[in-house]
Amino acid sequence: MSAAAPAGTETAGEDEMTARFEALVGAGEAVEPRDWMPDGYRRMVLRQLAQHAHSEIIGMQPEGAWLTRAPSLHRKSVLLAKVQDEAGHGLYLYSAAETLGVDRADLLDALHEGRQRASATFNHPALTWADTGTIAWLTDGAAVINQAPLCRTSYGPYARAMRRVCQEEAFHVRQGYDLMRALCEGTPAQKEMAQDAVNRWWLPAVALMFGPPDTEAGGADARTAAVGAAVSRRAMAWGIKRHTNDELRQRFVDSCVPQAERLGLSLPDPAIRWNEERGHHDFTPVDWDGYRRALGEDTHWARQRVAHRRAAHEDGAWVREAAAAHAARTPNTDGDDIPEARA
Amino acid sequence: MSGRQPEGAPASWEVFLRPRRGLAHQHMGSVRAHDPDTALLRARDLYTRRGDPLSLWVVRSDAVHTASPDEHDPYFANARHKPYRYPEQFAPLTTEKGPDGEHDD
Repeated sequence: MSAAAPAGTETAGEDEMTARFEALVGAGEAVEPRDWMPDGYRRMVLRQLAQHAHSEIIGMQPEGAWLTRAPSLHRKSVLLAKVQDEAGHGLYLYSAAETLGVDRADLLDALHEGRQRASATFNHPALTWADTGTIAWLTDGAAVINQAPLCRTSYGPYARAMRRVCQEEAFHVRQGYDLMRALCEGTPAQKEMAQDAVNRWWLPAVALMFGPPDTEAGGADARTAAVGAAVSRRAMAWGIKRHTNDELRQRFVDSCVPQAERLGLSLPDPAIRWNEERGHHDFTPVDWDGYRRALGEDTHWARQRVAHRRAAHEDGAWVREAAAAHAARTPNTDGDDIPEARA
Repeated sequence: MSGRQPEGAPASWEVFLRPRRGLAHQHMGSVRAHDPDTALLRARDLYTRRGDPLSLWVVRSDAVHTASPDEHDPYFANARHKPYRYPEQFAPLTTEKGPDGEHDD
């Protein structure tokens, strides 16, 4: 476009470009799509965006399974809107990922082939209607705590997508809590169903929605904590993350305890108690290695989620092919033919 | 955006939304579609699930020609070193008490 040499050539060496980039991020400025960025930054943002997008669309499955069995038209409309939002969140994020020069088709291939993954939170089945409320209250609640700081993440398109996502998540959490309250104010059997769902979803929310412990205080052994801390430090230095996993996990536990009390439900962790000294609730540290072994990628439900997603993709192939064939037959797709058509 | 689009894959379209009267269209993100009408429908479905937006534009992503931030200096340098373009570079019309202060007699 001009006489200026493009980035990365003689005018500025890699070190100088990196220094300039770090200064920009250090000043809290947003990084925009065509800015020069270190390869590591690009890979880290892309990895997080892809995992996040995949989690949104895979996350439609456990609740989506209850759409036909919602107990009233109102609850059905609400759940439909919620699941539709999750699809939308996936699309916002795939769109943001494409600003880094990838193609969403490639990201979906990576998901389908197991090269990229969605959050293992959703590798749990939604066994009862109460699960839909619990997922929205606890896992969406965890997502809000995770995602509120992402509205200020350093990569501009990601931050802008997250602002829309967070606005919509507020509805998700509220409707889930409302659903739980209805059950808790209902028959003993309904309340029991609510408690059972919380018992099953508490640990996935606490452990998996926030990722591995990255501090020793969070329950990691020294080596795991060091590795986790190094990754988190890098992500925080680049402004991709704003807090450690364990900080956000603590914030989540602190927010859930009074909410559960109001519902009259107990959280399935006997170690939860207020710690006056810390000003936070204590809770059982996450046994990440043990947990990951139990919930490895190879579990039945993990395979089921990807298989279902792949089947939906393959079943939709004829629609994509028909659209492409139609587009190929139409004179052009630029709109040049419109005046003639109107004449 | 990338050059690895398979033959026949839907094009990328940038989406702009005017959320309400008095605001300019704002860039929302992108959608994939084979033709402008479908792109508009998809943009509506994706970006207007809430609110009461006034209008929506889609523009083919490859039709957006941009100046790169890397070329910032040569391209946008015309504002730099021209402090005289800013009013605060000049003597105020009022005394130093600011806009609500006493006016010169």
